[in-house]
Amino acid sequence: MPEKRFGANGVLRMRVRTGLRTRARVRLAASLALLALASCASISPDARNSTTTHDIGTPLSDSQLAAWDIDVAPDGRGLPAGSGDVSTGARVFAAQCAACHGARGEGGLGDPLAGGHGTLASAKPKRTVGSYWPYATTLFDYIRRAMPYNAPESLSADEVYAVSAFLLNQNGIVPANTRLDAASLPRVVMPNRDGFVPDPRPGRL
Amino acid sequence: MMNSRKPQPDPPPSRGRRRLLGGLAAGGLAASQVAAAAELLRPLDVAPWSRTPGAPTLEHPYGVPSPREANVVRRSARAWPLPGAASSMTPLADLHGTLTPNGLVYERHHGGVPDIDPEQHRLALHGLVRAPKLFTMDDLLRLPSESRIHFLECSGNTGSEWNGPSGLPVQLTHGLLSCCEWTGVRLSTLLEETGGLSNPLKPESGWLLAEGADAAAMTRSLPLERILDSALVVYAQNGERLRPENGYPLRLIVPGFEGNTNVKWLRRLKVVDAPLQTREETSKYTSLLANGSARQFAFEMDAKSVITRPSPGHRLSTHGYYPITGLAWSGRGTIRKVEVSTDSGATWQLARLDGPVADRALTRFQADWRWNGGPAALLSRATDSTGYVQPTRAELVAARGLNSQYHYNAIQQWRVGENGEVRNA
Repeated sequence: MPEKRFGANGVLRMRVRTGLRTRARVRLAASLALLALASCASISPDARNSTTTHDIGTPLSDSQLAAWDIDVAPDGRGLPAGSGDVSTGARVFAAQCAACHGARGEGGLGDPLAGGHGTLASAKPKRTVGSYWPYATTLFDYIRRAMPYNAPESLSADEVYAVSAFLLNQNGIVPANTRLDAASLPRVVMPNRDGFVPDPRPGRL
Repeated sequence: MMNSRKPQPDPPPSRGRRRLLGGLAAGGLAASQVAAAAELLRPLDVAPWSRTPGAPTLEHPYGVPSPREANVVRRSARAWPLPGAASSMTPLADLHGTLTPNGLVYERHHGGVPDIDPEQHRLALHGLVRAPKLFTMDDLLRLPSESRIHFLECSGNTGSEWNGPSGLPVQLTHGLLSCCEWTGVRLSTLLEETGGLSNPLKPESGWLLAEGADAAAMTRSLPLERILDSALVVYAQNGERLRPENGYPLRLIVPGFEGNTNVKWLRRLKVVDAPLQTREETSKYTSLLANGSARQFAFEMDAKSVITRPSPGHRLSTHGYYPITGLAWSGRGTIRKVEVSTDSGATWQLARLDGPVADRALTRFQADWRWNGGPAALLSRATDSTGYVQPTRAELVAARGLNSQYHYNAIQQWRVGENGEVRNA
């Protein structure tokens, strides 16, 4: 039989006599296992490896998150209600965007947004919304979150749809009578939709 | 050792100065340098700062560098049209060791540096998780933390050299590069707090949208499985809370991934089933190839190295011994070796690696060199723990053309002229 004593520091000390019987060995193994479990639970040296959670953080509902949940997926998930047409977009663009991007999106302080078709394989490629961007939904997502530069998230959903329509029309992708909304924007096929390839690294430069 | 004085014919050294001046005597030695050397032989004076007590404690409650180091600052390679959508670069030639002081960590912002109140800052973790959660800064500080040293490199770093030597100094060719000890919470720990991924999403098909609270609401989609074990949600760098320009109060660190994916001012993490195709992963941070197609989601920064000293702007003042020192790093592991050439790549010697070599961190290398006064061309070439060898510019251009803009990691050459001047040519 092992003699069990608790030391001054509370740690279980064990002295094992020679010639233990089998039953006693089993009991010893069991108590060692319990000891091991107890120390894991109380003084795990690396809590990161533990799968227990810490019950930290506040449950978050969709309605709470609404103002932040602004990303738009290529299939249109995340697009809000509302709509905008090319002519409205022209007015909004002139007022909010043209100072940096030029009257027709030709570029200035800000990136060029129109033109450049057929230049991507040339020595001087011109990457614009029309020549380069693979998804029309990215326009809505980016304009809403980040533009105009001096007042992001200030445009209404209708205005963002309208500016998107205007820029797509400037690039010859949609006709001048186009009105865009959550259903139609994801269906716009961008000219460079298939222009992107995955990263071949590692293994190739 | 290195200065910017012009060389002139040198007078013969006197017998008594031969030991000091021996290495300088062969030619190319300025009279002013002889005078400076002679100055070193004079009896020493007791300096004025040794004759009076210095400044009291707490003159600077938060310490600042010596005013004599005022030249060691971040710089921009060009004037940006919108100063808040711009970058500034780390003065690599003036730094030592591998850690970047917090005030010198490079900057790349897309909508300026926000002034965030940490009491009001929140991190939302939602999307395809079992129980979406909102975390305060206090919540995050209560979770188990981890500190790790990792480099950060903008994928546009060294883009100046795609078309050949730019003439720029190393700060402006390679200075979109820094290295800090980052402290924060593992991404996987935060996911555990939300109960993990919701069924049936598997990590290998999951993506993570990371979004900043800055005016650009900077947003990237990241492949969840590849970052799950390594990504940290970070609140401190080099022992103190993040600097505002480095993401205060919270940022993402994705070791080895291109800089912009390490989203600063982090306010939202959303688990999704496919990339969102944000502007920063379509219009920007994609690499246009010669055939007109473009590489997308090229995340890891491949192995790279650069000699920081001597480097352009330095002038070797005398013949003789110089350590060639620089930095090597890989976004795919550790640095296995660095080789240095002083003859434009005809011959290579193995450099010494300083200190413990850390995973996806800057590694300092040094090699011995005696400059004989002739023209030289200094190169470094890194090999990482995967066996990847830093390529030449010609190899990169052959694979990607001249318009791919990002991920330039070719061997960099600095030329040393007979006058000791070091140039990027």
